[in-house]
Amino acid sequence: MSNAIEIQGLRKAFGSTVALDGLDLTVRAGEVHAFLGPNGAGKTTTLRVLLGLLRADAGQVRLLGGDPWRDATRLHRRLAYVPGDVTLWPGLSGGEIIALMGRLRGDPQTARRAAALCERFQLDPAKKARAYSKGNRQKVALVAALASDAELLLLDEPTAGLDPLMEAVFRDCVQEERQAGRTILLSSHILAEAEALADRVSIIRAGRCAETGTLTELRHLARTSVTADLDHPARLAGVPGVHDLHQNGTRVTCQVDSTALTEVLARLAAAGIRAIACQPPTLEELFLRHYTTGSRETAVVR
Amino acid sequence: MTGLASTGPLTRLALRRDWFMMLAWVLVTTAGVAGVAYWLGQLYPTAAKRDVLASAAGTNPALVFLYSKLYGDSIGALTAWRYGVWAAIFAALMSIFVVIRNTRADEEAGRLELVGSAAVGRHAPLTAALAVAVAGNALLAMLVTAGLVLAGQPAGGSAALALAAAAAGVAFGCVAALAAQMAAGARTARGIALGALGAAYLLRAVADTASTAPLTWLTWLSPLGWTEQVRPFAGQRWWALALPAAVAAALGAAAYLAAARRDHGAGLLPDRPGRAQASALLRGVFGLAWRLELTGLAGWIAGFLFMGAIFGAAGKGIGSVLGSSSLLRNEFTRIGGQTAITNAYLAAVVMLTGLIAAAYATSVALRLRTEETTGLAEPVLATAAGRLRWALSRVTIAVTGTAVLLTGAGLAIGLGYGLRAGNAGGAVTAMLGAALAQLPAALAVAGVAVLLFGVLPRACVGIGWAAVAATLLMKVFGELLRIPQWAMDISPFTHVPRLPGGAVSAAPEVWLSLAAVTLAAVGLGALRLRDIG
Repeated sequence: MSNAIEIQGLRKAFGSTVALDGLDLTVRAGEVHAFLGPNGAGKTTTLRVLLGLLRADAGQVRLLGGDPWRDATRLHRRLAYVPGDVTLWPGLSGGEIIALMGRLRGDPQTARRAAALCERFQLDPAKKARAYSKGNRQKVALVAALASDAELLLLDEPTAGLDPLMEAVFRDCVQEERQAGRTILLSSHILAEAEALADRVSIIRAGRCAETGTLTELRHLARTSVTADLDHPARLAGVPGVHDLHQNGTRVTCQVDSTALTEVLARLAAAGIRAIACQPPTLEELFLRHYTTGSRETAVVR
Repeated sequence: MTGLASTGPLTRLALRRDWFMMLAWVLVTTAGVAGVAYWLGQLYPTAAKRDVLASAAGTNPALVFLYSKLYGDSIGALTAWRYGVWAAIFAALMSIFVVIRNTRADEEAGRLELVGSAAVGRHAPLTAALAVAVAGNALLAMLVTAGLVLAGQPAGGSAALALAAAAAGVAFGCVAALAAQMAAGARTARGIALGALGAAYLLRAVADTASTAPLTWLTWLSPLGWTEQVRPFAGQRWWALALPAAVAAALGAAAYLAAARRDHGAGLLPDRPGRAQASALLRGVFGLAWRLELTGLAGWIAGFLFMGAIFGAAGKGIGSVLGSSSLLRNEFTRIGGQTAITNAYLAAVVMLTGLIAAAYATSVALRLRTEETTGLAEPVLATAAGRLRWALSRVTIAVTGTAVLLTGAGLAIGLGYGLRAGNAGGAVTAMLGAALAQLPAALAVAGVAVLLFGVLPRACVGIGWAAVAATLLMKVFGELLRIPQWAMDISPFTHVPRLPGGAVSAAPEVWLSLAAVTLAAVGLGALRLRDIG
């Protein structure tokens, strides 16, 4: 399958602040791709370049086989976007805005499909936008995007402001869209969201892609945390690939690189295991690792 | 926590945000009032000359409708006639804007929620807004008094005129405070307060123009009528100041009561729900732009029709109002560019209409920048709309809206003048042509805003408005300030034929149209090449 988004060496500076510093990103057609990074890492800037709102200073950007700057209008018929900070016209109702966004995209059927989604998200489309809460404004933008027939959805922190129930509805919707064959690029700093939804993940830091891959691939790079109650004290100190070792008599906790797991488990077994808990690394840990090392580098900018 | 906790810091915050705007209002009002007093003293130094002006001005119903009744023929009384009610209107506008901005507008934007979460009393924001409005009106009263005294007027009448204006300002500040409790949206709240001001103006205008008793009493129902009833420079009636004070107190108390009973973010008036489905009119960027601009345009049309009719009607007999004052005649013949006084007056009115229409066109064009900076443009530009079509949607409204406004103004001035002069058909045709002759110049001014929106977006709001202000100042004060001709030639309005009565020439109209199209085209071209946001 072809790629929906291909970015190589993308650079974008605003005056002296460098927002994107050689970013690479590939999103395959039909996948849900999570784009993770803390505030100011450059996620929104990347999405705005993809929308042709900002012009890249350097690098290659292909979106749905076209140039997002030159072919913006043509490409926009095939994508739908949810901004990170949803602003709506205060005098228009949610229903009007949803229909308008569809018509602007050249798809007059959006409003018809939106009715069911409004129901699912418990959104009252007859309310004026000024009366909506932040979560409800977010829902208007989400419904407008999900109800579209676009093949690519660009979602900038789409669950910001949604309550847990609505977040679950959103996740169900994304799963359905994936099955329907849509490509979704989802920027987020909420790792649980990426873990639950994404086929592949790219982690962005200070305007560069720090890591990309499926969650399984990324887990290879991470450590498993092991906690064990033993019959006898085990000899683990000095074993290559063992970190943060705490031994309190027969109780052991440590972080183990995936390459050292066999060795460590063999030594634990030799000491006699009463109870053991091994936890795969959560994305939180992957994430923390990137930013604890990153914090010593230059400050990140948007 | 008391209801007024933290009023002090909030007042300082409001002052910090609004001191410049309020100072500008106060200085413009002061300069207007004191300037008129000084000017009348220069133009009509003797009682005999003033007598001519007073007898003509006091009997011209259009001028009485527009300004006020005339009580006396001293320079002070003439100043109060010309500027008393209007100084009160300026003070009221200042108060309405300041109060709404610091109450409902902040509440709607969510800023008051953040503020309210701190140790801030329930009534503190309203109190701070009213305190700032009262302070602004107090400053206005002091400066206007000082300005009039400096212009050689007696202190008693000066203080009466200044206090009458400031009292109306405070009263309308309290009207705004109550409106801010009623409507959930700042625009609606501002509309209610401005509507009350308009109604007050109409009530006093009808009362002043009417000759029969039941109608003349309407002046006592209007806060702007009370401004007149203080009778500055004509045996001041200080007790009349108690009326606006009492209304301010009553409306202020009502606003506090309402504020204590309503939820944060909600208004007392129910917010009407919108349609669940978009109508066919909301079809694309053009439909959206019309939907967003139509209400505003309707207001402008009403204003143009109303003022056009009044100023047109005032044209009949304008010669006798100006009397033998050669200086004042010169003012009109200079702006109007003709020697026949009625034509000069009408041409000056039409020219000012064109300048105000340029302000409308600029405001619509600059809304593009507002949509961009507030993030409203982003989702639209993420669709298949395209930048050019998005920008053109507003530019189209600027062009058609301005054309509609000038057409309306031409019709209204023509009818207003023609019906009184007994030549409605001819006057309407002449004034319609004269008004539409302003269109290319007005659009050329707005073209500057479109150009900058594409080329220098950060500066487009400032420079766009500066261009409007510069053309207005050049037209009104250009020769007075001895601005060199080459600088005057930059202003599009210098080149517009002086109609009615002047020579009709097509060449400047063609050149101005070309300039407007070129400016806009370069701006829109640059928009396609730049970053958004």
